[in-house]
Amino acid sequence: MSDMSMDALVLVIPRIALAGNPNCGKTALFNALTGGRQKVGNYPGVTVERKEGIAKSRSGQTLSILDLPGTYSLDARTPDEEITRDVLLGRRLDEESPQVLIAVADATNLERNLGLVLELKALKRPVVLALNMMDLARSRGLDLNLEVLAKELGVPVVPTVATKKQGIDELLEALVLQYKRQQHPNAAEIAEHHEWRKPTHDEVRARFIEVDRILGLSTRTKANPTIWSDRIDHIVLHPVWGSIVLVVLLATIFQTIFSWATIPQDWIKQGIGLFGTFVGGLLQEGPLRSLLVDGIIAGVGAVLVFLPQILLLFAFILILEDSGYMARAAFLMDRVMGRVGLHGRAFIPLLSSHACAIPGIMATRTIENPRDRLTTILVAPLTTCSARLPVYSLLIAAFIPNTVVWGPIRLQGLVMFGLYAAGIFAALLMAVVLRSTLFRGPKPPLLMELPTYKKPSAVNVMMGLRERAWLFLKRVGTVILTISIVLWFLASYPKAPAGATEPAINFSYAGRVGHAIEPVLRPLGFDWRVGIALIPGFAAREVMVGALATVYAIEAANEESKVSALGEILRKNWSTATALSLLVWYILACQCLSTLAVTRRETNSWRWPLFMVGYMTVLAYGGSFVTYHVAVWLGLG
Amino acid sequence: MSTSASQPVKTRKLGELKKGQTGTIVSVRGNPSIPADLVMIQRLLEMGLLEGATVELVHEAPFGGDPVAVRVRGSLVALRRQEANHVEVTHE
Repeated sequence: MSDMSMDALVLVIPRIALAGNPNCGKTALFNALTGGRQKVGNYPGVTVERKEGIAKSRSGQTLSILDLPGTYSLDARTPDEEITRDVLLGRRLDEESPQVLIAVADATNLERNLGLVLELKALKRPVVLALNMMDLARSRGLDLNLEVLAKELGVPVVPTVATKKQGIDELLEALVLQYKRQQHPNAAEIAEHHEWRKPTHDEVRARFIEVDRILGLSTRTKANPTIWSDRIDHIVLHPVWGSIVLVVLLATIFQTIFSWATIPQDWIKQGIGLFGTFVGGLLQEGPLRSLLVDGIIAGVGAVLVFLPQILLLFAFILILEDSGYMARAAFLMDRVMGRVGLHGRAFIPLLSSHACAIPGIMATRTIENPRDRLTTILVAPLTTCSARLPVYSLLIAAFIPNTVVWGPIRLQGLVMFGLYAAGIFAALLMAVVLRSTLFRGPKPPLLMELPTYKKPSAVNVMMGLRERAWLFLKRVGTVILTISIVLWFLASYPKAPAGATEPAINFSYAGRVGHAIEPVLRPLGFDWRVGIALIPGFAAREVMVGALATVYAIEAANEESKVSALGEILRKNWSTATALSLLVWYILACQCLSTLAVTRRETNSWRWPLFMVGYMTVLAYGGSFVTYHVAVWLGLG
Repeated sequence: MSTSASQPVKTRKLGELKKGQTGTIVSVRGNPSIPADLVMIQRLLEMGLLEGATVELVHEAPFGGDPVAVRVRGSLVALRRQEANHVEVTHE
């Protein structure tokens, strides 16, 4: 087939777009229409996801389906809503305007959902209305005259149950019919661009009066209110019980991420170790083997280890989002988060960051206001992520005596708790500072729907997870790979001279940098060895343990004895003041390239990741400086 | 609030309602010279807080009973009392 005919083939695929209110089951319908045939990307210049897929009707027609972000009206206020509006109006240069629209409406809530349908109809493009969640509506006693509804609205109506794939074929046939009608030579021309102006308040009112008129004519029996959803809310939104439910739920999620994720994480670690040994066995001792095994496999592997935690956390988030609980958590936490100038919706991302800041930052997309969202992104890495734990454990075990403080509480546990608390305190304090300086502005309003609870769909959750996993792996394959190679080079070259007794890393560029920055690190109680270990530690925090072992030239049979041997050495070489100073450094410093890469992606500029490194380094330096000097003054030097 | 004869219906602000209280929406209004107010009105209307609709305050958040959740036109909508005060409801 020549290129020409390929182009022609692409051109004749009808372009369909899905639009609807949030929580109307639009994503489920998109998944049901396209199956696995989806392509997820980003709209250039904004962090709005672009999802496109291919559907095939029973009659054999192929359709291209574009999933537009959910919106309550075309009068957009968020970047997501602007995309929906601009694509529908043909204003985006990178997106051809759709030929047929699917207006998705939640059948259990037509009083509000039909408002947008009328707005879409006014665009004078062919529309098909998908009355989604029809099974729920019918079970609640809704009896609609679909013919009257279609006639009064002036668009074909197809009842669907996206989660059970009901009505999908009928919907596709209706789309094909609308498309063909439009392609007919006698059909009225559809403008590529559509003139649109913001409706006045009274026009919005009139729109809903029209909705009420249409529903009055087409409704035989109204749906009963959802009793069970209300019953759940009487507990979940109760000031006391609701708070308890939230705490228990969060504790469960947290515990699960920590305990369950370690199993697949160990598999990945072992797998990477075996793979490294295998590749190492294939090659001769030399630069190539070192690059592949010590540079690429070890470097990428160190980041890949976080995949299970990220996926588990996102599974929870997707389930909570899909079930309708997430909006409730934001409702419950709005007041508390408001104290530090954050939105209720910032709560989940900040909590997630305790496992790993990467999914936490990715989860900030639910925050509408850009100032709120940036503040949340920038403070998220201050919370204690799991990558800090290996370093915390090492230093606490080596320097903090495990004396009994009171009852079952011991000093080591108390210090660990203190480190977590310090992370939370630092994040909240920074949020207050940012919101009163850089991101000063009025508190954004809170106005959100608390959707009716529903059973989360396994398909939706799996599709969402696949998307997240892919985004993460893509980053591992590009940014992290590059940085791993650079760091390997710095730590390996130039080689140690023949007959050198000190570890080879001392002679490398990393070693030279370690020596060069020693004067800067001295006031913090760090010598050049710490400086060397901080360099790879900048890429990923937990790598520092291995780097310290290299610097102190520890040889041991296995990982466990290596760490305890390292603890011994550190106790001999460092003062308690140095250890405390390093702990504070670890609370506050931004030592995670993945976090910077994800911040770059989510904010679409290098400005914010650079700002993040900058302010966190200043905080860490100041914090360590004060800690070291106070500790020395207290006689711990 | 005026209690003159020309305004026989006693009204109050939605944000002043307590848990379990209901009212019929009389007006959704803001200061026309404040752009943020106008945007808020638009959003309130789109969420179904329209004149003539019955509204019930069904939930209050912990730590001071703000924000609140109201049931209106078949939806459960969460908002802060400050924003809810744009909505005037009948006193029942």
